[in-house]
Amino acid sequence: MSEKYTDNKIETKAADTSSGSYAPPVEKIPAKESPEQELYHAKSFWTKWVFSQDAKVIGVQYALTATAIGMIGLVLSWGMRLQLGFPETFSFLGPATYYQSVTMHGMIMVIYLLTALFLGGFGNYLIPLMVGARDMVFPYVNMVSYWMFLIAVLVLIASFFVPGGPTGAGWTLYPPQAILPGTPGSEMGIVLMLISLSLFVIGFTMGGLNYVITVLQSRTRGMTLMRMPLTIWGIFTATVLALLAFPALFVACIMMTLDNLLGTSFFMPEIFSMGEKLEYGGGSPILFQHLFWFFGHPEVYIVALPAFGIVSDLISVHARKNIFGYRMMVWAIVIIGALSFIVWAHHMYVSGMNPWFGFFFATTTLIIAVPTAIKVYNWVLTLWRGNIHLTIPMLFSLGFIVTFVNGGITGLFLGNVIVDVPLSDTYFVVAHFHMVMGIAPLMVVFGAIYHWYPLITGRHLNQTLGKIHFWITFVGAYAIYFPMHYLGFIGVPRRYFEMYDSPYMTSGVGLNQFITVAALIVGFTQILFLYNLFTSWYKGEKSERNPWKANSLEWHTPEYPPVHGNFGKELPVVYRWPYDFSVPGSDKEYIPQDVPQSQVPTAKAEKT
Amino acid sequence: MSKKELNIFKLLSEKPWEASQVIIDNQHDGKTLASSKAKLGVRTVMVVSTVIFSLFVVSYSDRMLVHDWKSLSEPWLLWINTFILILTSFVFHKSKVYSDENNFEKVKNSLLLVGFLTFAFITGQLLVWQHFIGIGQYASTNPANAFFYLFTALHGLHLLGGLFFWGKATTKIFKENFSLSKTKQAIELCAIYWHFLLIVWIILFGLMIAT
Repeated sequence: MSEKYTDNKIETKAADTSSGSYAPPVEKIPAKESPEQELYHAKSFWTKWVFSQDAKVIGVQYALTATAIGMIGLVLSWGMRLQLGFPETFSFLGPATYYQSVTMHGMIMVIYLLTALFLGGFGNYLIPLMVGARDMVFPYVNMVSYWMFLIAVLVLIASFFVPGGPTGAGWTLYPPQAILPGTPGSEMGIVLMLISLSLFVIGFTMGGLNYVITVLQSRTRGMTLMRMPLTIWGIFTATVLALLAFPALFVACIMMTLDNLLGTSFFMPEIFSMGEKLEYGGGSPILFQHLFWFFGHPEVYIVALPAFGIVSDLISVHARKNIFGYRMMVWAIVIIGALSFIVWAHHMYVSGMNPWFGFFFATTTLIIAVPTAIKVYNWVLTLWRGNIHLTIPMLFSLGFIVTFVNGGITGLFLGNVIVDVPLSDTYFVVAHFHMVMGIAPLMVVFGAIYHWYPLITGRHLNQTLGKIHFWITFVGAYAIYFPMHYLGFIGVPRRYFEMYDSPYMTSGVGLNQFITVAALIVGFTQILFLYNLFTSWYKGEKSERNPWKANSLEWHTPEYPPVHGNFGKELPVVYRWPYDFSVPGSDKEYIPQDVPQSQVPTAKAEKT
Repeated sequence: MSKKELNIFKLLSEKPWEASQVIIDNQHDGKTLASSKAKLGVRTVMVVSTVIFSLFVVSYSDRMLVHDWKSLSEPWLLWINTFILILTSFVFHKSKVYSDENNFEKVKNSLLLVGFLTFAFITGQLLVWQHFIGIGQYASTNPANAFFYLFTALHGLHLLGGLFFWGKATTKIFKENFSLSKTKQAIELCAIYWHFLLIVWIILFGLMIAT
């Protein structure tokens, strides 16, 4: 590896005398100012694979743990759907089980699956490789971050086995009902949930510290911020959001834990329970809502921004075209991130706020549509006249664009106070947020797994199973969520255990059954995907180096798949952005980031 | 490490495709900020802690408006604790100055003094707790009490976290041949963190005596 770079230098000098392109006269590589990072070299099996400090291993650990708990979330959704589609049929489903399933499904999917997968999984695996670093800046803290996450997950799972079971307060955990008798799991379940969330936040802060500082300080030479792949921009901005937003969840969790265990009244108002006046008094449940949503809304973008970034890279690579408007894409990510902190009260339009408050939050909410729409246009314009390869990552990316537009547009409706009030707490809202922050990011997760699986394992996933997985998931998702919009319109409220014989449910009954069947089919398809994931690990088709002909650094490591330390003796040097596909004037179809201009003298610079 | 990157607006309007920019970009050493990674790590932790404490202050201001709020009468012991904490910060600053002057004998003594004073502060805080519990002022008695216990506990936990790193720095310096630059940095960062916690305490304490 070191030889290659010395060669480059020599060639550069020779070639540049004749080159008339935009290349600088001499491509000098400045001497490194700071010494290389000291890496911890694992010796034993335990330190290599279990208590590993290698970001790649930690990323895989995060992803596997998140997937495992995510499967529990999936099964819980089946419980809900069986009850909603075929009420009074299954003896194992009572109101308590139903509410517990709803709550745990929501919390697991949003925090323990999506957040952990995007930031902990993809963040850990991709950040050092894509910015050209050997590892994260604090590998030890990074390892502790994973183990904190694992403990948080175990505490969460433990809540299934305590007396009273897990909490059934709804994923928003609103007080006062969350900690009062009558709500399932108000004995131990809610305490374990709050502790688990607090542990998650502490663990995440340790990881987030790593992601941010690695992106800022540990990039390789020539890798300016504006030459970074959009994946890194997405993960980086999302991490900054998470570092600022998770404290709100932490604060809310701590105060509610104290309300529950010590009998303080931070959130608990004066209240009668079972005809008896409780000790509580004076607290503000609305304060909890503000704290929760001050975390909760940025959380949506913590999940969405990495998806935006990753899908930009997938589209560009698989359409063999540079990303349309790279700078605009970066601006949009940063602007969406900033705006996400001033829209939280649009989740609280029906909480009795001052009307002007609602007016302000409706305005800011609708403004977010501008940078988001810019991103959608840019993805479409990247595809425009691109050489689109309908690989599985591309299929999932296309699925993402459609789904995201769909969920985004219903968001425009709900962002308006006057439309939201009648639709609040109906299935329209359920359909909206599942489309925009459930299905859409999951499409990217799947696309990204099919894209980077060869990098991680050196083998491809089975393509036939992959196509089946895509089509059933994509069509199935629409079969599930399109009818839900209609259910919302006719007024079916969410979180109801059973609709009994409500007069307006006539058309809803059949739809609910249809949705349940579709949900079961889509769910089982995910098991097929897991089967593919595990069997391809040892018997998948061997992948050649850089199978998608991508430009970013992770595909150009000396060993493939990348090993401990990522890059051989010398770190790569970056000369360009990662989107040089089909560059005009160049005889090469793609130009990796570490190729100097002197090796491709005729390639023209592309504006962005 | 160009200054440009510190200004996000200038950074985002960079034109990476222009020949002049390519020359600058190819020279870029991959660092955005001039600080060391450890310093940035401590700063990030301080930012996150600041958000946490700010949100508690907001909750406090919201909750105190309700009629059932009864302010605590702070015992004189809290003023002594505050004085101890100010003294701790001062001594830590001195040890940082000594370590800059390579005067490591004095650094050793002042670091030990810092540890002693910090433990004294935490003990003092626990004594205040004992005092309140003794006169029947529990966390559930009044929201003001609840916030008092919460603030002191969180601040104390932050200090205990700091003491962990103080312990690492102190054992380092008592070893025969310690790395000069690393030890100096550890002392500097601990000192910054202690000053930060002093400011946090003064704000929280000020808030509690003012209302």
